[in-house]
Amino acid sequence: MQQDWKAICQIDDIPAQGARVVKRAGADDIAVFRTVDNQIFALIDKCPHKGGPLSQGVVHGRAVTCPLHNWVIALDSGEAQGPDEGCAGHIPVRLEAGTVYLALPQAVATCDHAC
Amino acid sequence: MKPQKLVMVGNGMAGVRTLEELLKLASGQYDITVFGAEPHANYNRILLSPVLTGEQSFKDIMLNDVDWYAEHGITLHLNKKVVKIDRVRREVLAEDGTVAEYDRLLLATGSNPFILPVPGKDLDGVITFRDIYDVNRMIEAAQTKRHAVVIGGGLLGLEAANGLAARGMQVSVVHLSSWLLERQLDPSAAKLLQRNLETRQLSFLLEKQTEALLGDEHGAVRAIRFKDGNEIPAELVVMAVGIRPNTTLAESAGIYCNRGVVVSDTMQTYDPRIYAVGECVSHRGIAYGLVAPLFEQARVAANHLANYGIGRYEGSVTSTKLKVTGIDLFSAGDFMGSEGTEAITLADPVGGVYKKLVVKGDRLVGACLYGDTSDGAWYFRLIREGKPIHEIRDQLMFGESAVGDVGHAGENRAATMPDSAEVCGCNGVCKGTIVKAIRDKGLFTVDGIKQHTKAASSCGSCSGLVEQILINCVGGAADVKPKSEKPVCGCTDHNHAAVRQAIREQHLISIPAVMRYLNWRTPDGCATCRPALNYYLISTWPGEARDDSRSRLINERVHANIQKDGTYSVVPRMWGGVTNPSELRRIADVADKYQIPMVKVTGGQRIDLLGVKKEDLPKVWAELDMPSGHAYGKSLRTVKTCVGSEFCRFGTQNSTQMGIDLEKDLFGMWSPAKVKLAVSGCPRNCAEAGIKDVGVIGVDSGWELYIGGNGGIKTEVAQFLCKVTSHDEVLEYSGAFLQLYREEAFYLERTVHYLHRVGLEHIKQRVVDDADGRAELYARLRYALSFEQDPWLERTKQGVDKHEFEVLAG
Ligand code: SRM
Ligand SMILES: Cc1cc2nc3c(=O)[nH]c(=O)nc-3n(C[C@H](O)[C@H](O)[C@H](O)COP(=O)(O)OP(=O)(O)OC[C@H]3O[C@@H](n4cnc5c(N)ncnc54)[C@H](O)[C@@H]3O)c2cc1C
Ligand code: SF4
Ligand code: FES
Repeated sequence: MQQDWKAICQIDDIPAQGARVVKRAGADDIAVFRTVDNQIFALIDKCPHKGGPLSQGVVHGRAVTCPLHNWVIALDSGEAQGPDEGCAGHIPVRLEAGTVYLALPQAVATCDHAC
Repeated sequence: MKPQKLVMVGNGMAGVRTLEELLKLASGQYDITVFGAEPHANYNRILLSPVLTGEQSFKDIMLNDVDWYAEHGITLHLNKKVVKIDRVRREVLAEDGTVAEYDRLLLATGSNPFILPVPGKDLDGVITFRDIYDVNRMIEAAQTKRHAVVIGGGLLGLEAANGLAARGMQVSVVHLSSWLLERQLDPSAAKLLQRNLETRQLSFLLEKQTEALLGDEHGAVRAIRFKDGNEIPAELVVMAVGIRPNTTLAESAGIYCNRGVVVSDTMQTYDPRIYAVGECVSHRGIAYGLVAPLFEQARVAANHLANYGIGRYEGSVTSTKLKVTGIDLFSAGDFMGSEGTEAITLADPVGGVYKKLVVKGDRLVGACLYGDTSDGAWYFRLIREGKPIHEIRDQLMFGESAVGDVGHAGENRAATMPDSAEVCGCNGVCKGTIVKAIRDKGLFTVDGIKQHTKAASSCGSCSGLVEQILINCVGGAADVKPKSEKPVCGCTDHNHAAVRQAIREQHLISIPAVMRYLNWRTPDGCATCRPALNYYLISTWPGEARDDSRSRLINERVHANIQKDGTYSVVPRMWGGVTNPSELRRIADVADKYQIPMVKVTGGQRIDLLGVKKEDLPKVWAELDMPSGHAYGKSLRTVKTCVGSEFCRFGTQNSTQMGIDLEKDLFGMWSPAKVKLAVSGCPRNCAEAGIKDVGVIGVDSGWELYIGGNGGIKTEVAQFLCKVTSHDEVLEYSGAFLQLYREEAFYLERTVHYLHRVGLEHIKQRVVDDADGRAELYARLRYALSFEQDPWLERTKQGVDKHEFEVLAG
């Protein structure tokens, strides 16, 4: 599929250890995360457990804890950690001169395992 | 830095657990090499008994297979016994000539079964019960032979005997003492046990001393002869008469041993480069033979190997359990009793129940239970915590459920529950699932069960039951600790008390500072520790520590309750449950305008608007023009009131106004867990003050104050604190108690649990008896609250956290 790098926001629009939601017409929301060491990641804003909005979770290390039932999701792959199984698709991200770009319209990479 | 070399000798439960703990703390710090004399990777030795009975297979009890070692880059030498340690060149030598150098060495050689030095001990068919090799030999023997004799009526001996009987052999147990399990049971309980085992076709020869084992012409054992001249047939003899720490290797290297490799509280031997853990060690003169203490040792050793240098092993109180299906016995502590102890006993020989509790002063020091062990976990906890029991002494025997239990009766059904019974109502987890996870995954902790099954991971009301199931499955191996002793989470080894203390004493005022000072393992914690640290900081250093919204869970970050579909609910404050037409009109208008799908009266005497979109929250708040009800926070929730003396024909005091004043006085108070109050105007108590964190009841001559009630997961009746006469005293006493709670409780500990932990006496002393102290507590609360504003106003008027409510376009 045709894919473009789309500028979404400036890195400082996202608080460290926080997230912002990107809304798209007719498609799932995307959660864009910024870690404590200023890495940016993007996932579909939907927990593999019961669809909780991951953007509302607590960001720690390279992971986010879902606000609904505390699954821990790896930010780089979207995979649930520990004994939980499931994957929220992740979206390639680029950070250039402080601007955050997402690979859109749709380049959701699922993890290697069956999701 | 180049990794250092760590060599471990002995690939058993204690050693591998140490490696697991070490990898959690500092993976990559060491190149690890492991030598194991057995040809298998690490298995759960304590489950050899169910393998013997046939209830489980060897595959079921593997803890770490060879892939695990490979995944962690560990060099594994199986079937290689280390025969020499060269402490000068710092290398070990295995039987087959393999050499490995070390910077640090970990000895975990376990122990050897003791063999009675009697003639015939080397005959074919005379074995011990220690590893899978022994089990396989027993299983083989059972296929061709008939008479088995087990020497030793201890835990191991009885489990062996039971297993052999289950495999169809005729088993006699020979025991030197006059009752079975003399180290675990007193004679009365042992009698009941013996009777039960006899119904399973086991026979017992007590007070018998073995003189010789007699062989046949092929060198195989055929009979056993006792000192009194008697002889019985025996084609298989299992010696289970005790274990001896395996110190051969250490001794040959000149490391100081004395009935075990002698170690310090940091698990170091006399050679500081060499650590030792497990059954091979002697710590403060004790060599443990159960896994729970070994696991504690493992944690400490790992901590020091990782160069953290903070853990100390100070010995363990152990409890034991016999793993014979259908037999429940439990003992812990000083269950025999000694100088200065008293025993409370209950015996029902027909029902097969015997319980003995040993009390010293006002502490429980030992327990011995047979037949009904459902309260074992609770007694064990009381023994370990050394809590005063005088208040509950008369009910102690009847178990935890008898002590002030109004709601959830019978958390103690673990043993008798069928596998299909639901244990965790939140996540729909049945007992069978939990038992299977414990077995399959080799779990020893409630946390492990939470992770693998989700049981007890939501509201937590079933954790007691889960703990009992765990204890029923793995007995003394269960790693059960009261919350006060547990680390805050996997990011640290420190418990809540230690963290609070460091924040106070070191004047730490930010989360990174705490993590640095206490050597947190993770760069920025997790969703468990960060909210706790944030609370400890802002409650200890109000005005100095800055609230970190990134360390708050979503509800407290956006000041609304998240719903299952990602929308939010809005509960405006209605002081004391009182509203007026204009507020109600605004609520109605907002509900119309924002198409709020549900408007509901809550159980807290106010109104909830459910299903609000996140982006609409600031507008909804602004148009409601009412303060936040904090229905989402670990904070002051509601103050429920009744109509009181203004209208009610029975009212003695103006409870409505008292409630409003309390609510205004405490507005904005963050606390370890949510706090709810109620004020009733007379003892009819229509505001339900008896189940609130602080309950106030008006009486003719003043106000009665009650604390520590809870109407939630487990209903708890509030306890009477004191009586006061004036309105201002109600504010001061309630505030002082809540401030004490704010300063001393652990995060997520509600007042009832805090009260149970510290005792009512402590609170009375600080809040009632000490007038100056009370005034200071109340002043500290006022000071902390002076920094709090209405969070909704901050967001609608001052634009705080705007980014939370604005989405980006994609
Ligand atoms: C809205 C309300 C139910 C209702 O419609 O009436 C409610 C709703 C929730 N309660 Fe409650 N509780 C409500 C009154 C109560 C009461 C009754 C009371 O306050 O008088 C209790 C028992 C009293 C008590 O707390 O001692 C109560 C005991 C609980 C508990 C168990 C707490 C415990 O320590 O045992 C939880 C779970 C928890 O907090 O971990 C809980 C948790 C919840 C949560 C926050 C669940 C969650 O984490 O999302 C619910 C939010 C629902 C939502 O989507 O908005 N709710 N909850 C009530 C709000 C009262 C208010 O005006 O603020
Ligand atoms: C049948 C049975 C049932 C039990 N039930 C329970 C129970 O219910 N609850 C409980 O708490 N405990 C129970 N235990 C005790 C528990 O299993 C032990 O406490 C625990 O396994 C000890 O761990 P360890 O690592 O110290 O020793 P081990 O697990 O014995 O490991 C030591 C390992 O070191 C190896 N080794 C020794 N010397 C060398 C050398 N020189 N070179 C290389 N390798 C060497 C040994 O082969 C062995 O594999 C039971 C034990 C048995 C045998
Ligand atoms: S409102 Fe309370 S009782 Fe009702 S489902 Fe939610 S948490 Fe359970
Ligand atoms: S929806 Fe995320 S943990 Fe349940």
